[in-house]
Amino acid sequence: MQRLRFVPSLLLALILVTGCATRAPASSTYEQLGGAAGVEGIVDDLLNAIVDDPRINQQFANANILRLREKLIEQICAESGGPCTYTGLTMQESHAGRHITDAQFNALVEDLIRVMTDRGVPVGAQNRLLRQLAPMHGDIVTP
Amino acid sequence: MTVSQPFPRRHAAALAAALSLMLPCAANAGDGRLLATGGATQIEGSAGGGIVPWAVLSGYGTAGQHGGTAFATRVDTGDYALTSYGAAYAWDNRLELSYARQRFELGELQRRLSLPTGRFDADVVGAKLRLGGDLVYTTMPQVALGVQYKRQLDFAIPRAVGARDDRGIDVYLSASKLFLAAVADRNLLLNATLRSTRANQAGLLGFGGDRKAGRSLVLETSAAVLLNPQWAVGVEYRQKPDNLGFAREDDWRDAFVAWFPNKRIAVVAAYADLGAIATLDRQRGAYLSLQASF
Repeated sequence: MQRLRFVPSLLLALILVTGCATRAPASSTYEQLGGAAGVEGIVDDLLNAIVDDPRINQQFANANILRLREKLIEQICAESGGPCTYTGLTMQESHAGRHITDAQFNALVEDLIRVMTDRGVPVGAQNRLLRQLAPMHGDIVTP
Repeated sequence: MTVSQPFPRRHAAALAAALSLMLPCAANAGDGRLLATGGATQIEGSAGGGIVPWAVLSGYGTAGQHGGTAFATRVDTGDYALTSYGAAYAWDNRLELSYARQRFELGELQRRLSLPTGRFDADVVGAKLRLGGDLVYTTMPQVALGVQYKRQLDFAIPRAVGARDDRGIDVYLSASKLFLAAVADRNLLLNATLRSTRANQAGLLGFGGDRKAGRSLVLETSAAVLLNPQWAVGVEYRQKPDNLGFAREDDWRDAFVAWFPNKRIAVVAAYADLGAIATLDRQRGAYLSLQASF
């Protein structure tokens, strides 16, 4: 049996790839989303996408869309490192009793990715924002 | 036009098994998971990379949903070729059942040794249970326990070179996790699989041997970077036992590019280094796999 002779080259490859990340400091996620105007645009497009998405639109049927828009803008601005403070309910409070499924959560993630892609947000900035939002899954989805 | 060889009965059985696995898709299949999170199908029919099973389950079904995949894969090293095809189905993102038929063409070995047969066939029936964790969302990795029941269908030559059994059961424990924005702001998938096996060349040359009859614990690893939601590049390594005295068995490795244009189709192209196989050294070549999800 051979003993993992491939592991060193695997590690080397990973180090080389991660090296690129440290060499080129990316501008902040917030900037790459397009700043205040960009975040507002993303949220507006996302709300439109939600309304058009039969997988999840019924979950928003009774939502106060103006308030939802304001809180989403605050939240995405804050999570992407922008100059905002989120003043809304906790994710647990705002989703309590809605019985949100994994499939619905992922549907919204897909809508958000499509909106960001259509608006030309770089993949790296998309991934950084999603990394900030992903831990909310546990508070939003009903197990 | 006449068919020179009757369609082997064992192929008919394999096809029937594959089709019966696909039947549930007539019902309410779901695709609530994110693109590419069902992985591809590895050569033994389980959801995974190319040669390593991962903790992910086939298809795109999440809790309350079900879905599956059908796949066909070919690896050609010049001396040998392996064709594998089959289907897998998963329920509730919890339990996966799979079937694969493998055809190992002996090519150069048959010519050199004037073997009476040109190929070995094998069946693999698999089951995988997700024990916990979520590939994307939980801090702990997604962890799954799997079994692969394998039967080598042309055992005369493997027996002659020292293989003990024509069938065996592999048991494996896999942990997979997707790290968001981890490498150059790209998502990174890491997988480690610990497998208990007696298989010689994954079972294509039978199970157990004159050099070692019992089980070996082997490590299989994969790393992939998602360049964007549709494209991934990665490498895999699969440690293997070395049970047969007549020829050395090497570990396997590959480097792959995977394309997930949508939740229906996946294409994996790879370059595989399979080491020495049954006395022929340096078995390297192209790997191509197509997967349909439903």
